[in-house]
Amino acid sequence: MRGLRPTAALVAGGLLLAGCAEGTGGPSGGAGDEEGETGGSAFSADASMEGELSIMGFGLDDEIAEVRFDLAEQAVDGVEVSLAEGGLDMQQFLSSVASGDVPSLIRADRTQIGTLASRGAIQPLDDCLEAEGVDPGQFLEPALAQVTFADQVYGIPEFNQVRLTMANEQLLEEAGLTLEDVNGSDWEAVTNANQKLFQGSGSRVEVIGYDSKLPEFLPMWARANGGAMLSEDGRTAQLDDPAVVEALEWAVGIYDDQGGFGQVKAFRDSADFFGAGNQFASGTLGAMPMEHWYVNVLNEVSPDAPVIFDTVRDRQGEPISYATGSAWAIPAGSDNPAAACRFAATMVATDSWFAAAEERVAAREEAGLQFTGLLTGNQEADQRIQEELVEPSGEENWDSAVEAIYEANENTFTLPANPADAEFDRAWKDAVNRVLNGQQQPAEALADAQEQAQQALDRAWEEWDATQGQ
Amino acid sequence: MARRELRYALLFLSPWLVGFAVFTAWPMLYSGYLSLTDYDVISDPSFVGTSNYERILADRDAHQALRNTVWYTVVQVPAYVTVSVLLALLLNQAGRAAGFFRTVFFMPSMTPPVATGVLLLLLFNGQDGLINTVLGWVGIEGPNWTTDPTWIKPGLVLMSLLTVGGSVIILLAAIRNVPQELYDAALVDGAGFWRKTWSVTMPMISGPLFFVIVVNTIAALQTFTEAYTAFFGVGNTTYSNDAAEFYVIHLFRQAFEFLHMGYASALAWLLFLVIMAITAVQVLVSRRLVYYEADR
Repeated sequence: MRGLRPTAALVAGGLLLAGCAEGTGGPSGGAGDEEGETGGSAFSADASMEGELSIMGFGLDDEIAEVRFDLAEQAVDGVEVSLAEGGLDMQQFLSSVASGDVPSLIRADRTQIGTLASRGAIQPLDDCLEAEGVDPGQFLEPALAQVTFADQVYGIPEFNQVRLTMANEQLLEEAGLTLEDVNGSDWEAVTNANQKLFQGSGSRVEVIGYDSKLPEFLPMWARANGGAMLSEDGRTAQLDDPAVVEALEWAVGIYDDQGGFGQVKAFRDSADFFGAGNQFASGTLGAMPMEHWYVNVLNEVSPDAPVIFDTVRDRQGEPISYATGSAWAIPAGSDNPAAACRFAATMVATDSWFAAAEERVAAREEAGLQFTGLLTGNQEADQRIQEELVEPSGEENWDSAVEAIYEANENTFTLPANPADAEFDRAWKDAVNRVLNGQQQPAEALADAQEQAQQALDRAWEEWDATQGQ
Repeated sequence: MARRELRYALLFLSPWLVGFAVFTAWPMLYSGYLSLTDYDVISDPSFVGTSNYERILADRDAHQALRNTVWYTVVQVPAYVTVSVLLALLLNQAGRAAGFFRTVFFMPSMTPPVATGVLLLLLFNGQDGLINTVLGWVGIEGPNWTTDPTWIKPGLVLMSLLTVGGSVIILLAAIRNVPQELYDAALVDGAGFWRKTWSVTMPMISGPLFFVIVVNTIAALQTFTEAYTAFFGVGNTTYSNDAAEFYVIHLFRQAFEFLHMGYASALAWLLFLVIMAITAVQVLVSRRLVYYEADR
């Protein structure tokens, strides 16, 4: 009987949502095209700040959020700001769009910007940036590329998550290995290190040698191997590229050498990931690539864990990092685009980031913890924070972590914006999962994914091109 | 007099009638229209005829989801009903302790389905999960329930048995209503426990049993929350397993991840028709097998 409730909710919610929906118009006829809602007239440095500003997709989780939010509120003094806290819930956002009650401003994952832009759900922000005197060049190029669709900027980048190599120094030493053996610069060395570090018998895993973090890190392994999963213009899937196939074969082989992905994942899932008994502290993981926020977690819960850090390296030994992050966007039909623009611009301003970082430094000092830096997506802010606020702690491993974070930040790449990001993402992740589950071989799975992803891209681009009269 | 009664009847029925019209009938009819359109919520619907239905025929993921759903329904419903009947029979024998056990069996039904989905990942973890630990005690090496495509659906079926409490209560109430004279007569004829159960209890509770079967068949065909949570939602943000992609999960993803609301509406209508057909068959079959006291 359990299925009845969600299904009832689906019918009553989803179909009602659909039933009541009138649509807000597509790319060619959407609210965003109405006079005064986009274009130069909506955004102005002299715009009077009044009315209301409703925000969706942001949370006041820590001092970095709170300080910038306060500053942004001050920048739109006279505007009544309301915040629906939490990450952007696409269902909630679509409901608001369907009911014509769109929020004034949203914060979304950068990967969602292309799809939202192609469907006319958000406005181009070039005029907004110009009106607020924001130089797009201040943003990291890969981050900006991720929110640029059809040569127009649709999102204002915020934060940058990079990937690092994290390894258990003690386990490496015991196995006669070094950090260079697991930083990705030599895949054969990683494979050998994995075999040496892995401990287990039968179906039991006791120590994961190396975790290649599939499916989510395939784009990074593909790039490290000289491949790209999507063409730069976002129109052509390249999932069956031999470099991508080879990357998947290698990364899956890492699990196969440890008894298969199922065993490794089950063991990984049972770990105390955020606690003092995490995989590095408990000596149950040799090495893995991981998002840089995990440095803070480890530093906080297990400062004495024998963990060491490096960037992830491509096969030529150069640093490389797959980057993700969020972005501010203004929905088509936003009732207060001028205030939304100023608010977003203030949230990502160098001074705002610096003030927030100062607060973070003070909080970390009070807790007796090291400040491990802050990656904002804003190059100026990153540089100023690194130069003025980041100080060596004297503990080599944590200092090397901070160094690796900033080095990775200078060597990032992202997947290009496209109008079918969710379907593209699903196509390749499902393919990787089928391989991990033992249902298909890498080449076969990626060939299927290529077909599926290209169909979705073709369909979405065709719709977009039609609205542009191409 | 009749008109007055009718007016009162409509007056008292009106809250439900209005609710049904606004929250069920109208959205359903509108979704029927949407199933003939290309609609992404953001843009206005554009009429595409029957192409969404034609697309279902070529959608391999939809076919896989349908196969998963049929497999789950065929295995889960008999298992669920059998366990419910056995527990109800046991509770009926429990004497004074029946109240306590009734509460114990019912409590998991009150667990939010999302929590059940997360619990599944913990209980069925291939390395340290409770299920495999217990199997290990008797020398059985348990499978990787949460990653091996062969064992994903059996794990979900087992997990669903945690929530038999609601059906157990319905069946227990029905068993308690079976007239004692019938058991006495069977006893005189020399019937033992199983004979009495098969020849007296089961026919006498066939009405509620039919209800449990119909409702659970519909629920199994619409299963969503636990599998979605465990394999597509908060439990696994990147990893998923297409062995757990049931029809409604596929529908939900098409609607809310890919914004193919028109296509999702077509999928919803197809499911609706399938459920109607299966329920109609069940009702036809029930005419021969189900005993209703009111028909005497």
